[in-house]
Amino acid sequence: MKMLRLLILPLLLLAAPLRAEVAIQEVTSPGGIKAWLVEDHSIAFTALEIRFRGGTALDAPGKRGAVNLMTALIEEGAAEMDAQGFAEARDGLAAEFRFDSSVDSLGVSARMLTENRDRAAELLRLALTVPRFDADAVERVRGQVLANIRAGAKDPQVIAGQAFDALAFGDHPYGSSGDGTEASVTALTRDDIVAAHRATLARDRVVVAAVGDITPQALGALLDHLLAGLPATGAPLPGPAPVALTGGVTVQHFPTPQSVVIFGHEGIERTDPDYVAAYVLNEIIGGSRFSARLMTELREKRGLTYGVGTYLLDYDQADLIMGQFATDNRTAGAAIAVLRDEWAKAGQVTAEELAATKTYLTGAYPLRFDGNGPIAQVLVGMQMAGYSMDYPKTRNALIEAVTLDDLARVATRLFRPDALRVVVVGQPEGLAP
Amino acid sequence: MRNTIRAGLLACLLPIPALAAEVSDFTLDNGLHLVVIEDHRAPVVVQMIWYRVGAADEPPGHSGIAHFFEHLMFKATDDLAAGEFSATVEAQGGEDNAFTSWDYTAYFQRVAADRLDLMMRLEAERMRDLVLTDEVVATERNVILEERAQRTDSDPGSLFSEQARAAQYLNHPYGIPIIGWRHEIEQLSRADAEAFYRTYYAPNNAVLIVAGDVDAKTVRAMANSHYGSIAPTFDLPPRARPQEPPQLAERRLEMRDERVSEPFLMRSYLAPARRTGDQKEAAALVYLAELLGGSGTTSLLAKRLQFENPKAVQAYAYYEGTALDSGSFGFGLMPLPGVAPAEAEAAMDAVIADFLATGPDPAAFDRIRTQLRASETYALDDVDGIARRYGAALATGLTVADVQEWPRVLQSVTPDDVMTVARKVLDRRQSVTGWLLPEEAAQ
Repeated sequence: MKMLRLLILPLLLLAAPLRAEVAIQEVTSPGGIKAWLVEDHSIAFTALEIRFRGGTALDAPGKRGAVNLMTALIEEGAAEMDAQGFAEARDGLAAEFRFDSSVDSLGVSARMLTENRDRAAELLRLALTVPRFDADAVERVRGQVLANIRAGAKDPQVIAGQAFDALAFGDHPYGSSGDGTEASVTALTRDDIVAAHRATLARDRVVVAAVGDITPQALGALLDHLLAGLPATGAPLPGPAPVALTGGVTVQHFPTPQSVVIFGHEGIERTDPDYVAAYVLNEIIGGSRFSARLMTELREKRGLTYGVGTYLLDYDQADLIMGQFATDNRTAGAAIAVLRDEWAKAGQVTAEELAATKTYLTGAYPLRFDGNGPIAQVLVGMQMAGYSMDYPKTRNALIEAVTLDDLARVATRLFRPDALRVVVVGQPEGLAP
Repeated sequence: MRNTIRAGLLACLLPIPALAAEVSDFTLDNGLHLVVIEDHRAPVVVQMIWYRVGAADEPPGHSGIAHFFEHLMFKATDDLAAGEFSATVEAQGGEDNAFTSWDYTAYFQRVAADRLDLMMRLEAERMRDLVLTDEVVATERNVILEERAQRTDSDPGSLFSEQARAAQYLNHPYGIPIIGWRHEIEQLSRADAEAFYRTYYAPNNAVLIVAGDVDAKTVRAMANSHYGSIAPTFDLPPRARPQEPPQLAERRLEMRDERVSEPFLMRSYLAPARRTGDQKEAAALVYLAELLGGSGTTSLLAKRLQFENPKAVQAYAYYEGTALDSGSFGFGLMPLPGVAPAEAEAAMDAVIADFLATGPDPAAFDRIRTQLRASETYALDDVDGIARRYGAALATGLTVADVQEWPRVLQSVTPDDVMTVARKVLDRRQSVTGWLLPEEAAQ
């Protein structure tokens, strides 16, 4: 097999990326709700993704955790059905609904069989528009949320994330967990939950994608039926979140053999002309591939961690570059020194690194369009990020256009060693004071 | 006989999406078993190679070697530099990774369909030609110790699962953790790795699954040209692991950890696994787990312990039946604050005893059957998932026909089947019960 390398080389040079060929249509329902649709009738079900902008950042002052608890209660009884009755009806149709809240949105994911889609959609409508929030359901789900919060308080990963968020955003909702605290969740009343529902699920902030066995007409009718009962407008979205991070190390002691390290500073807006360059540079430095620089230096060369990655965190009201890894307490200082070193060298990218990263990113992109469920998630994400429908066709060209000069320019804004805040939870050794 | 008739009837009434139609399989002369799954919806292919070796095949005292070896497979071969494998896949825009279980170790790449030939060339290269050095082994051993620290040692729930599993298996190596015991990982050497590799990484010990936008004839020719000339291991040892003796005494354990906030119960029982040509008991156990503790709202445990007479924050049941030597059935339970562990456990056992006395609610049984049928439609959307079904089955003694028959076997299960297997499995004398508790005295 000595010829192997020679045989591989020409293929490498010839590899042209796949194109992401999905036929997206924009559907406007008779009632005026817009959605992106990819029709594919090969499997008899539809994947539907709905997002309401806002999420846990819409918690009213003093009501931290209300949106999260409300979201968990959406499927705990609606209209004439209590929690048991609703679940039995849903399971009898083999429909699947998932509701979850994140910082900037409340998400609804549904899979509905073609054979009973109308009945499944009717159930979903009842859950979204006339949830019951029965007292016993509130107590039961509140108990589950509180158990999560107590467990999180003893989980170094959660402790580190919350410490970092608090340093970054202080009193803004981004600065604390959307789950709320034991005290805030314990104090929530049914009225608070009803108010959170009224504030969050409204037609002025809805984003929809559907993929699968459904026509534009049927989707339009389904969306009107599903969402017409919601109020036209919801609570105002939260204002800008200034990033309050400064450079330095924060240590929180915790009895665990490994230190969890979370680090970052202010990032770059998605609308910035240098955003694509920033995205490529982040992949070169902190991608999850073995050949990304931090993975190479911390894992492959030194065996200091199982994995390390960085990412651009694009909240609606703030932008960060963040990353994390875990390492033995004894090597925490050494690993953080390597991290700082790599942060400082981010401006020095070689032509080979850029070329390899471009082939990876452009080749991997079409692989995301694999199945109705994954495509629906990509399409709803694109709309939330403000991209146009032809983005899948143009995205790879944007990556290809990035130059070494672009990377050098954006590196001075994206990787700033003096601004880097490092939060360590564990019993780290070897850290400079 | 009645069951058989009913099964036939159901098959007419409830057509199951035909996963079988696009699947073909062949065996190359050197013993490599090839399965091709065609799905032309997206121009993507996944290649997965499943070696019939896992943590339960490790030599005693060398726990973790199967998983360690999974990491080493990404290192240098005689023709590829360290890291070149993944770099080549990445340069094609592909993803690649691997995973280890007790019964198998699997490697996969997902790429554009026209890159399959290159992926096969790479995968065939590392089946026999890996070249290890002491330095590579030492660095990767550190990575694995960090992995263990991150995923197990930092998580009391994982540590406790490891203890409970070790208690479940007195004699069978299913009792060792996949990642290995820390003190044994620390001793794993290059010689261990090389011996393991020479024996188990061979075409006659592997199943190759190719799934996606391909046609079977082309794949067969391609596989023949890349894998066909690789020599098999002629003295491949039979997979005869030490088996469990009958369990005569209930086992109990308790662990306290200051990082635990909520008490948690784990209960496990040995249970039949899917057997080739005989998957009926396993299928009935799928229903049993769903009926008792599948849904967090409508299962019997949820109804009784979370709704009617609240004792638990959470209660669930599980069944794992795709395994070479034994399946397992179990429960998890988190008591409500203020409910003593013993009280919660007694309430759980009362629900189980009631079920054994009265049997399943027919409406609940029908809903589960409907959901299992629908899950076959949803499964068609995920060709990687279908590939994994075949890989896991073929690495644990099942056949392509067993995989294709499984949805029909599931549809044919009756309430009587469920009760028969429930009485056989749910015997406290054959169980392990563990409580994970906060450091202070339990509430």
